Amino acid sequence: MIAALICVPLLAAALVWSMRPGMHRAKVLPVAAFLHLGLVLWAVAHAHRLSPGAWFRLDPLGAWMLLVVSAVFTICACYAPAYLALRTERDFGVFGAAMLGFLSMASLVATARHPGVLWVGMESMALATTPLLYYNKNRRSLEATWKYLLICSVGMALALLGTFFLAYAAQLGGMGEPIWMDRLVANAPSMSAPWLKAGFVLVLAGYGTKMGLAPLHTWKPDAYGETPGIVGTLLAGGGTTMAFLALLRMYAIVSAAGLGDFARELLVAAGLLSMAWACAFMIRQGDLRRLLAYSSVEHMGILAFGMGIGGKAVFFALFHVAANALVKSALFLGSGNIVRSFSSKSLGEMTGAIRRLPVSGWFFLLGFLAVTGTPPFAPFTSIFGIGSAALGGGHVLAGALFLALLAGVFVAMGSVILPVLQGDPDPAAVRTRYQDTVGLTAPIAGALLLALVLGLWVPGPLMNLLTRAAALAEGRP
Amino acid sequence: MTPNLLLAAIMLINFMLVASNRVDKCISLAAVQGLLLALILLLMHPHWTFLALLMAAGTAGIKGVLIPVMLHRAQDRMRQEREPEPYVGYTATLIMAAAGTGLAFLLARRLPLQPGNLGTLFVPASIMALFTGFLLLTTRKRALLQVVGYLVLENGVYLFSLLLVKEMPLLVESGVLLDLVVGIFVMGIVINHITTAFDSQDTHRLAHLKD
Repeated sequence: MIAALICVPLLAAALVWSMRPGMHRAKVLPVAAFLHLGLVLWAVAHAHRLSPGAWFRLDPLGAWMLLVVSAVFTICACYAPAYLALRTERDFGVFGAAMLGFLSMASLVATARHPGVLWVGMESMALATTPLLYYNKNRRSLEATWKYLLICSVGMALALLGTFFLAYAAQLGGMGEPIWMDRLVANAPSMSAPWLKAGFVLVLAGYGTKMGLAPLHTWKPDAYGETPGIVGTLLAGGGTTMAFLALLRMYAIVSAAGLGDFARELLVAAGLLSMAWACAFMIRQGDLRRLLAYSSVEHMGILAFGMGIGGKAVFFALFHVAANALVKSALFLGSGNIVRSFSSKSLGEMTGAIRRLPVSGWFFLLGFLAVTGTPPFAPFTSIFGIGSAALGGGHVLAGALFLALLAGVFVAMGSVILPVLQGDPDPAAVRTRYQDTVGLTAPIAGALLLALVLGLWVPGPLMNLLTRAAALAEGRP
Repeated sequence: MTPNLLLAAIMLINFMLVASNRVDKCISLAAVQGLLLALILLLMHPHWTFLALLMAAGTAGIKGVLIPVMLHRAQDRMRQEREPEPYVGYTATLIMAAAGTGLAFLLARRLPLQPGNLGTLFVPASIMALFTGFLLLTTRKRALLQVVGYLVLENGVYLFSLLLVKEMPLLVESGVLLDLVVGIFVMGIVINHITTAFDSQDTHRLAHLKD
């Protein structure tokens, strides 16, 4: 069953790769996506019947993250055929195979039972996304690809060393093979504390690079800026989610070892720094996609901050993973439509997007309101929950800073985005023939609708899954 | 027998890498480092099992031969051009590497070791290689030298993993090696694109994207 989660997208990737060029190729994506989503839902519902294998198991934490990534992928996959029809000059084979390869490796990361296998999955996922970054095949995308490749490879090397430190800590604690995640958590108190601490710092830096926590986020604005919106969605909603999961796996062990306070301080600091950094670079940002990239840096900061506060905030941080991924999908895909209509992503050349593209424009406005924490969308629930957990849990200074930075981001992002959406289009601006179509707007509507529903009501089984995932993330089995 | 002599040689190579301004020499130095890693792996197993031999052969083949040959070929295809000056001078990076080595020793002393690993240079050598790789990555402009930096950084990680060779199973180790090959391969492809698009592998020209 777990093998199917990994193999179905991989087989679909091989299929796309081997098919003859033509539009029917793109239709493999939605089919594979729905199949995968169905498999994930089935696996979550029947998790008690799935016995863990030597290398793979589906626990509530991994299941929750995989559910999020699979949903985001499905949204992207529904958008893909209409999008690729606009870009018939590009060969779709590599692009489609890389996208499906990404989904397969994300499933591997979510279900990995061994920290080494988890690392291999993360690295393979990073390599699978590299061709996606170079999709536009120009100098700027080449530069973004090179930076992504180098910075993320170094990050992954640090994470690997951190994983080895963890294994050494286990060895010193008298723990033999196999070093499964669940066994590590159970035996954590006997493990060597100095090695665990050093390992956590390395893993935080390593997987933090992949997540895009400041100041290790430098690949992010370039990568998101130079790729199609659909790739940005996949990276911001999928890649970062899996990196966060990898970090949480290590955090659970450190926390179970009684070193939680040490790790939490680091997470709060990293979270606040990311939010402040993002806020500073959002002011007067001139590029729509780079703006979204900084928004992603901010939300990774919120995730780290929520984990660092601990207690009730952990639940909301995990909920925020889904909220952020869904709203980011709407924003990135919407930005794709707007950018195509103006044939530019320079904010100075865009005004009156709502007039020009009523559907995409309104969706983008709603996405902006949702991402900055406006009720009743899902991000409001999680941000409010994290903020009140911080203030109520005695972290008054950190909580106040958190709220101040949120307000700062709202103002900074709004001052850049609202002029783009409002007013009349500049008659001198480039007018492309692009028009909103159902294929290019329905996936955005779906993402926003899901974010709205989750903001108003979380179904019981999902709530149950999240509660158990939060306990696992804190190292309580 | 302790592998300290070989570990010291690896540390020495790190200094030579930082001080050298020639790409082909740096690739060869990294290759020697890879071969030394394989040798250390063999030394750590008093009785050579099939598994140990296989891993040593894999390490030597990939880190000592395959990747260096790939990089040398890429270097040969390049139009010969003057070496771009690094972002930070050779003397300055050498001093930084020396400082990093001192820090590596200080850090390593604070970490407890298993009785069998006491008195070995594994931890400081590993941290130093990591630091050297990082220095090469950040201070050099040539794309191939940056890849060599990544390789050295990976060598540092690999060095540490030798302390765990009995704990981390073969599957994970080989997965790691495989990913390294694919990673360098992908970097090679991107370098090719860079050379075609910019007619140079000076990454200094990759500086259009900024805020």
